[in-house]
Amino acid sequence: MTHSTSVARPARAAARRSSAGHLQAWLPRLVLAPSVAVSLFFVYGFMLWTFILSLTNSRMLPSYDLVGFAQYARLMTNDRWWVASTNLVVFGALFVGICLVVGALLAILLDQRIRQEGALRTLYLYPMALSFIVTGVVWKWLLNPGLGIQAMVRSWGFEGFTFDWLVNPDMAVYTLVIAAVWQASGFVMALFLAGLRGIDDSIIKAAQLDGASLPRIYWRVVLPCLRPVVFSAVMILSHIAIKSFDLVVALTGGGPGYASDLPATFMYAHAFTRAQIGLGSASAMLMLGGVLAILIPYLYSELRSRQHG
Amino acid sequence: MDNVIRRRTPAARCWRLALHAVLILAALFYLLPLAVMLITSVKPLDEITAGTLLALPQSPTLAPWAKAWGEACTGMRCEGVGGYFFNSIAIVVPAVLISTVVGALNGYALTKWRFKGSELVFALMLFGCFIPFQVVLLPMAQTLGWLGLSSSRAGLILVHVVFGIAFTTLFFRNFYVAVPTELVSAAKLDGAGFFRIFWRILLPVSAPIIVVSVIWQFTQIWNDFLFGVAFSAHDTQPVTVALNNLVNTSTGVREYNVDMAAAMIAALPTLVVYVLAGKYFVRGLTAGSVKG
Amino acid sequence: MHAFTHPPLLRRTLLGLAVATALGASQAPAGEVEVLHWWTSGGEARAANVLKELMEAEGHGWQDFAVAGGGGETAMTVLKSRAMSGNPPSAAQIKGPEIQEWGELGLLGNLDDVAEQGGWNALLPETVADVMRHDGQYVAVPVNVHRVNWLWANPAVLEAAGVEMPTSLDELFAAGEAIREAGYVPLAHGGQAWQDATVFESVLLATGGVDFYRQALVELDPEALGGDEMVEALTTFKRLRELMDDDMSGRDWNIATSMVIEGDAAMQLMGDWAKGEFTAAGLTAGEDYLCAAAPGTGEAFTYNIDSLAMFRVTDEAEHEAQQTLARLVLEPTFQEAFNLAKGSIPARPDLDMGAFDQCAQQSLADFQRTAEAGGLVPSMAHGMAVRADVQGAIFDVVTNYFNARDMEAEEAARRMVNTAQAAL
Repeated sequence: MTHSTSVARPARAAARRSSAGHLQAWLPRLVLAPSVAVSLFFVYGFMLWTFILSLTNSRMLPSYDLVGFAQYARLMTNDRWWVASTNLVVFGALFVGICLVVGALLAILLDQRIRQEGALRTLYLYPMALSFIVTGVVWKWLLNPGLGIQAMVRSWGFEGFTFDWLVNPDMAVYTLVIAAVWQASGFVMALFLAGLRGIDDSIIKAAQLDGASLPRIYWRVVLPCLRPVVFSAVMILSHIAIKSFDLVVALTGGGPGYASDLPATFMYAHAFTRAQIGLGSASAMLMLGGVLAILIPYLYSELRSRQHG
Repeated sequence: MDNVIRRRTPAARCWRLALHAVLILAALFYLLPLAVMLITSVKPLDEITAGTLLALPQSPTLAPWAKAWGEACTGMRCEGVGGYFFNSIAIVVPAVLISTVVGALNGYALTKWRFKGSELVFALMLFGCFIPFQVVLLPMAQTLGWLGLSSSRAGLILVHVVFGIAFTTLFFRNFYVAVPTELVSAAKLDGAGFFRIFWRILLPVSAPIIVVSVIWQFTQIWNDFLFGVAFSAHDTQPVTVALNNLVNTSTGVREYNVDMAAAMIAALPTLVVYVLAGKYFVRGLTAGSVKG
Repeated sequence: MHAFTHPPLLRRTLLGLAVATALGASQAPAGEVEVLHWWTSGGEARAANVLKELMEAEGHGWQDFAVAGGGGETAMTVLKSRAMSGNPPSAAQIKGPEIQEWGELGLLGNLDDVAEQGGWNALLPETVADVMRHDGQYVAVPVNVHRVNWLWANPAVLEAAGVEMPTSLDELFAAGEAIREAGYVPLAHGGQAWQDATVFESVLLATGGVDFYRQALVELDPEALGGDEMVEALTTFKRLRELMDDDMSGRDWNIATSMVIEGDAAMQLMGDWAKGEFTAAGLTAGEDYLCAAAPGTGEAFTYNIDSLAMFRVTDEAEHEAQQTLARLVLEPTFQEAFNLAKGSIPARPDLDMGAFDQCAQQSLADFQRTAEAGGLVPSMAHGMAVRADVQGAIFDVVTNYFNARDMEAEEAARRMVNTAQAAL
């Protein structure tokens, strides 16, 4: 290792330490200071700012006439907000759940010494590289009954085939799930694969010599070892779910009607298109509340594991 | 799991076959949108309206690509997305570099120079990962105005750095936690300074996590639309905004092939990065964000 | 391809202006205007380019800041962000009551000097001028007047189905049935909130009449919003679904128009910007496609006026350029070129309409007739009648009702009252 050079000159180093020791002790804090300041202002300051705006009757641009929690009360009686929140619960649960199952399954299958593993892995992973600004047009096309998959399968001779979720108010939110799973499940696969590679082979070999079947080994022995991976994946996926915005705009535009609206699009529509910054800010604060509910357990675990690290 | 015992029985062969079938089917699902985009982008317009999505082009042409790059019109400018491509590069490169360097130093300071409250500092910064960007749009606009950076490239770089360091700090911090502290302690005893230790001990082993950080930031910033559209002027718009303009602008026959070609052009840099560096990304993730 | 070309008159004028500039006729300090707009489609952009050339001919620079998408929604986000940062563009495409909101914020500049020199008070119809003024001062300049309550049709499809252009809703439903039987989509539509609202307001105008339209969608009278006439309008509106196809959800309006052009669909209820699509496809009004007032609304005109609002600027040269821009927008050259491309009619009614097609000529005639008879009403769907928040709340109810399988019209009317009151 390279640090041997500094071991060689203890005397000089000691002399320097006495003079610069004070600075050295403060240097880490100095290095962190700008980032902390930036976070305090741009994250916490803006949250506070948004909170204050949520207490005002701001319309097109911010104003600071306080109206208490009236905007929150209005939000509670807003039908569209409830649709959006319900959608987030449905979308979030399905998205996280399916991504985990698909990701874990693909990772396990890919871990069976597949010859083309590298190529397949890249294929599964690449959607994460693309934004829905890019793939929105093609997704809309694929899911449109008249132009996309439905039309294609019908042209192959399956006349009865129907896949019209995009235009069906009850099903539109599930098309969001399909596209979102497409984008993120490969990433989850990569996380699981990384986790699998970290597991000691001898455990599995021992289990196999005991005569346990491979699925049983994975279920009983391997998956429990991957708990930290599952946890990381859930955190990453939940924050993607809460932030989902491009996806809705590109795929359904919130429609049909507002059947596939999500809180992020609700907030954007009210704050920017509809000149209701107060109401939009109130919805943003509730979204942030949702984020906190996910983040606090995560932080707790992060910091705990840090103590042992 | 390389040493797991396997037997070559007929049943095992069947199982391998099924395994491959599932993996290939999954690959087709992931490939479908990209394949449609690529096929469509090299088809003449009449073939698109006549055939189905996956019909291969009869007479493939690169004209849509040329048009998307340099001729397609949005508004009264008929410059395609080519020029905006370089706007994106001018924003992405500095933003990625700065946020990665800052993240590396933060991660290093947080793990190897712990002080009272350093955990709290980390927790504080982490929240920046999770803030929905729509929420900060208006306050950010006002702040950029105060800083005199509104509608400028520097402003956009600042925005991306500010909301990127939370991620990069997270990556580097989780990576450096796993680097043995003994080396650093020994160096400290020898009187090596903050930057010297970073340079000589941490940096040489950081390659995997630098790759992760750069890929992540590159993808995030390149793909950003919301900040790009809200904080740019007519001459600083990134390529995603140009793509949006192009795709949402149509009179008469909609040129799906040009739309798709433009989308491919906008996606190309991130795609190339993932394909070329994907292996290191997975490897870096193993070392970084997976293990807490 | 695009059939639109500049008329020779225009070209000559431009040439003349260019020569005048070359000879050093321009005295004003050269300034630059940054213009935020969403005139991005082919014909619109070329028309806007005329304005740019006129500006440049007078020695001013034009920075084009086009943001496409969502009927200007994205552009409005950009505008708000720019205004928040204290750096708004010199001019922006803002319209209707929103001009008043920007005016109240004190961000708009004063155009009274230009207006006085140009005699805007005499030139502009009172309805148009009212929209452009805030607090008695001109702050914006009108670009055009769109009519929203139009019905467009493909005559070949109508003929194949053996029907005439419908003039009442009953005729529309009857014709729709025949067209459906003949194997065409009777009514092309795109399932986006604003398109739903565009169709809805035309239906409401037909079933309830002008007075009811004003009470309900302009004055937001709770009795009108929740009354029987509203229920009737909503019920009829939903019946129109029978005439539409299943894949409409999320479809852009011009894709719906191209269904009419291609002969897949017979008709479309859409504002006259649809004409830009017909023109771009090389079709001639009255021959290749037909236009008529939306069924049952022949005595009314729902207007949608595009305008450019000028932001207050401190830079002298930029201010000068702004004033020039405002003046040029109302010049016959630009008015004619722009409106020929856009499908609308000029904001000043004194122009020779010879170059315009019969739909535009009818539009102007109807505009003047309804203005006198009291049938001229602002379009709710296009942000001319109420502020953005109320408009959004109405959109929500309308589009949700239109797409929900099991919502009663009474329930929708009740929600209409609630949301309008909550938004006030």
